[in-house]
Amino acid sequence: MSQSTKAPPSGFHPASSSDYLPLAQLRELQFARLQAMVRRAHDHQTLYRERMAEKGVSPGDIQSLEDAAKLPFTVKTDLRETYPFGLFASDIHDVVRLHASSGTTGKPIVVAYTQKDVNVWTEVMVRTFAACECGPGDVIQNAYGYGLFTGGLGAHYGAEALGATVIPISGGNTDRQIMIMKDFGSTAICCTPSYFMYLCERALEMDIDLRELPIRAGIFGAEPWSDQMRQWAEKMSGIKAYDIYGLSEIIGPGVASECKAQAGLHIFEDHFLPEIIDPETGEVLPEGEEGELVLTTLSKDAMPMIRYRTRDITNFLAEPCPCGRTIRRIKRIGRRSDDMLIIRGVNVFPSQVEAALLAVEGTLPHYQIILTRVKNLDEMAVQVEVTPEAFSDKVGAMEALHRKLSHAISTTIGVRAKVSLVEPHTIERSLGKAKRVIDQRQI
Amino acid sequence: MKINQLSVFLENKPGRLSEPCKALAQAGINIVTLSLADTQQFGILRLIIQDWEKAKQVLEAGGCVVKITEVVATEVADRPGGLTEILAVIEEAGVNIEYMYAFTFRSQDKAVLVFRFDDPEKAVEALKAKDINILGPVELYGMASG
Repeated sequence: MSQSTKAPPSGFHPASSSDYLPLAQLRELQFARLQAMVRRAHDHQTLYRERMAEKGVSPGDIQSLEDAAKLPFTVKTDLRETYPFGLFASDIHDVVRLHASSGTTGKPIVVAYTQKDVNVWTEVMVRTFAACECGPGDVIQNAYGYGLFTGGLGAHYGAEALGATVIPISGGNTDRQIMIMKDFGSTAICCTPSYFMYLCERALEMDIDLRELPIRAGIFGAEPWSDQMRQWAEKMSGIKAYDIYGLSEIIGPGVASECKAQAGLHIFEDHFLPEIIDPETGEVLPEGEEGELVLTTLSKDAMPMIRYRTRDITNFLAEPCPCGRTIRRIKRIGRRSDDMLIIRGVNVFPSQVEAALLAVEGTLPHYQIILTRVKNLDEMAVQVEVTPEAFSDKVGAMEALHRKLSHAISTTIGVRAKVSLVEPHTIERSLGKAKRVIDQRQI
Repeated sequence: MKINQLSVFLENKPGRLSEPCKALAQAGINIVTLSLADTQQFGILRLIIQDWEKAKQVLEAGGCVVKITEVVATEVADRPGGLTEILAVIEEAGVNIEYMYAFTFRSQDKAVLVFRFDDPEKAVEALKAKDINILGPVELYGMASG
């Protein structure tokens, strides 16, 4: 039950009409697009041509939506290994936009968009905002980071096309965010949920009551967050807090969104075909069973993705949604099937920390990552044991080592981490897989 | 002519200094002198111990990371100007002092300076040329137990 005290505008946005397609029509549309996408991937992307050949599958074998299960999977490392442009299906001259996300040891994952892809992205973002009960009369404060990260520009184009008044404020500088929220009369804010909580507390310190401001909607994504966090955020500010989902590999934000019911996220499945698989066996699971979300792009030109394994664990929600949308819902995503961490909205793998340590010291010392949430912001501490090889009698050398480690880790993962040198045997040894991460955050 | 000094890495947390000291005490090892270099993050404990080989074993068994550094010990008259005279010799020779510390013995009117030099050979040569007494291990530990 929403704790929001401020009413959203009523009204239906024409861009949302695809959300309500009769099922038969939706499935026909998906099938036609899937066939064309598989043909395109086969003809223009070496990776898929090779993988399909290995599996003995040709584009003509896709005779139904269920036949998607015949197609090969794609995983994150496929994008790393084809850096930078190895997965493009379009000529670079037709690519109007490039984005990148942080990757291990400095090499990011690159994604590309033709003009048509940008138009599709804009469309799904308009539908996202509309699902979150936003419309042309809104003043939208976009605090997602602008730049190579897909969040900022993705939300921006969508909010503009929606017809709203857009404030491209990007991330950071919380005092200014609050001042502008108040002075410009923002009615909606886009940011990570933990950043919003941080902002709420800062507003309290500044003696500003967000409940008295026009702000009435929060479009939150990029990290998992609990129902308790939602209730807290809504109570503190009077907004209605909506969960959105996306990933750069597929398009950016705009893959799925909650609606007014706030009971699961609708996948814009006319553009992204979803499947739930068993992460161990790769088998497609019956509807309703929990497993790993796999997505196939149905409309992408520059970089089609066939059965991309997201590593996110969820299931389809069977009952029709009270909002009337026919596009299927997935349960809010709470956890992953791999060891990826999300720190302040940034994807971080422990292996990246290892690579940084190895690069500096030449060997891998025992280390541990400790995650805490201080004033609603994620803090990452990395403890590194001092080895006999690394230890120097000179203070200056030890300080230089500390600086080098801090720099290497922070630049590799893209998040500022507090590195401390600790004595040997401080970090617990384990017989099996070392427990590298201690996550003390409670979401 | 060089003295083997033990260096131990310490986290800047309560109790980290007493751990190695307790271990040495329990092993019956006496510390001739020590110095503690500190930063906000960590400290380096430097120890002059006669039976340094045993001390290293004891400390490593206790989980410490230990390094051996060669340092130079000189005798200095325990009176005003004693230190300055020695420093002048080192400066003239163009040798850099990484760090130093000093201590005295109960029964002597001389004090001891412990230096880590960037070029110990050159420093020792310059000091000897000015008749400054360099203390080898036997002499140093002899003074300590005397």
